[in-house]
Amino acid sequence: MPGENLQEIRGIIARNKVWDAVFVIVGLMSLLVGIVTLLALVIDLAIDGLPRLSGQFFTSYAVRRPAESGILSAWVGTVLVMLVTAIAAIPLGIASGVYLEEYGRKNWLADLIEINVTNLAGVPSIIYGLLALGLFVYQFNLGESILAAGLTLALLVLPIIIVTTREALRGIPNSIREAAYALGASKWQMIWDHVLPYATGGILTGVIVGLSRAIGETAPLITIGALTFVAFLPDSPFKGEFPYISFAWLQAPFTVMPIQMFNWVSRPEPEFQLNAAAAGLVLIFMTLGMNAVAIYLRYQFRKRVKW
Amino acid sequence: MTENPLQLSKQTHLSPKALRNLRERVIEVLLLLAAFSSVATTVAILAMLITESLAFFQQVSLLEFLTDTRWSPLFADAHYGILPLVSGTLVTTVVALLVAVPLGTIAAIYLSEFAAHRLREVVKPCLELLAGIPTVVYGYFALLFVTPLLQQVLPDLPGFNMLSAGLVIGVMIIPYVSSISEDAMRSVPVHLREGSYAMGATRLQTALRVVLPAAISGISAAYILGISRAVGETMVVAIAAGLQPIFTLNPMDEAATITAYIVAVSLGDLPHGSLEYQTIFAAGLTLVLITLVFNILGHFLTKRYREIY
Repeated sequence: MPGENLQEIRGIIARNKVWDAVFVIVGLMSLLVGIVTLLALVIDLAIDGLPRLSGQFFTSYAVRRPAESGILSAWVGTVLVMLVTAIAAIPLGIASGVYLEEYGRKNWLADLIEINVTNLAGVPSIIYGLLALGLFVYQFNLGESILAAGLTLALLVLPIIIVTTREALRGIPNSIREAAYALGASKWQMIWDHVLPYATGGILTGVIVGLSRAIGETAPLITIGALTFVAFLPDSPFKGEFPYISFAWLQAPFTVMPIQMFNWVSRPEPEFQLNAAAAGLVLIFMTLGMNAVAIYLRYQFRKRVKW
Repeated sequence: MTENPLQLSKQTHLSPKALRNLRERVIEVLLLLAAFSSVATTVAILAMLITESLAFFQQVSLLEFLTDTRWSPLFADAHYGILPLVSGTLVTTVVALLVAVPLGTIAAIYLSEFAAHRLREVVKPCLELLAGIPTVVYGYFALLFVTPLLQQVLPDLPGFNMLSAGLVIGVMIIPYVSSISEDAMRSVPVHLREGSYAMGATRLQTALRVVLPAAISGISAAYILGISRAVGETMVVAIAAGLQPIFTLNPMDEAATITAYIVAVSLGDLPHGSLEYQTIFAAGLTLVLITLVFNILGHFLTKRYREIY
């Protein structure tokens, strides 16, 4: 009797294990959906866009004739906007992260800021565009400029940088902090000389991921009124005569890569859509490249640091 | 070296210690100000949306805004009913969730409970790349690849439709759903699984009846994030679903979402302070409120089903 029972149970388990095997297949298939889509997207873009990618494409303005159009003003615009974003967001983000993690451990203000950062990360990006339109463009009178665009994207990536900075700081064992205090370091000396250097890898990863997101953002910049056809470059930041650096470019109207691509996609002529594919290819190359660097850095720092 | 602090203290009439404390205080205040910038951003967003919307509602009644089924603020015969934009937003979101929730959850269960360590280390970053691709590229893909593909099966499908936009958004948010769900399932203690195995349960039974319920609060947080992304997604719908505000619940139709409307209006020239200018803020406020409702709902669901072990 007990032997028979055991066999019955084994039979049930064996039958249930068939479902295990079925689920493995279902699981692999659902992973494949994502990966196949990714491949289809890249291949589709490559087939349409690769023939358009030439030196001419990077050195021409967007003009009426699709075959002579290029992304000169777009990629210059992207680089300049990113410059403003990085200068504004990196110090602010790291400083906020340091405050939340190292100083404001147990007060209500820190709690408030923390809830805020979490909520901000979930706000749709176009809402930042509306904020920027009302605040930067009209209230501060920055107009539809590179400065306004850079600051808008800085607000957008700030939560990402804050969160990754905090994670990086949290990963550093307290023994490092205590050792620094034991040698007479003040709190700030402890943070600046010991904790921050160790956290550099994690923070850098967050900064790169944040900026790669900012490069691809389109909606907020359309909202603040980025132009779609720009046939000139902003003033050069470097000058031949004293003081060698000029800030006139901050006020210049601009376009960026994703907006240029959007403009080409929304045109009915198929020739322009080939241009859009080529611009998309460049854009993907930028963002995926930055993501790959971030993943590599994370891996390297994880390998090097052993607590 | 030793004289230096003394000289300094003579000049400033402060002992080195007081100077150091002062410096520490100044740094702390500066850091606090930096951290406070995020609160300022939130306040500024709300203030901006609310003041412009208030100006809008002085000219358009709230009743018309909520019940009129036509949205045509730029026409001579102007109607200000938000319903067509809300329906467009909800339809694309539902289509996206029908893709992302099953696929994302299954992928998360597979990666957390079944996959070998090696496979997970390779597949997870690949899935995360999906979230790293600019949305405007997804828009191109939806309009020029997915829609023609769907038209082979559904010949009546118009060139702009919410179906392909929704499907593409769905794939786009898979990594948000799967990666957070997987983290939640992986943090379920091993002894729960071992208890289940000891009772003779298989891997799938353990995954579905022990791990999934234990991780449900984290998983629902993942769903909420996915919903927020889908509701706020702009470029895919603006490119692939069209810019016409049409009140319809049929995903095969062309229709504008709230976000697509904001883009469409911003592409034109907006006179500052005009009623058209205010409509995009009223639309933006609606969008924020919709996201907020889902987040609050998620917060309570998460609390209600949180398992403590």
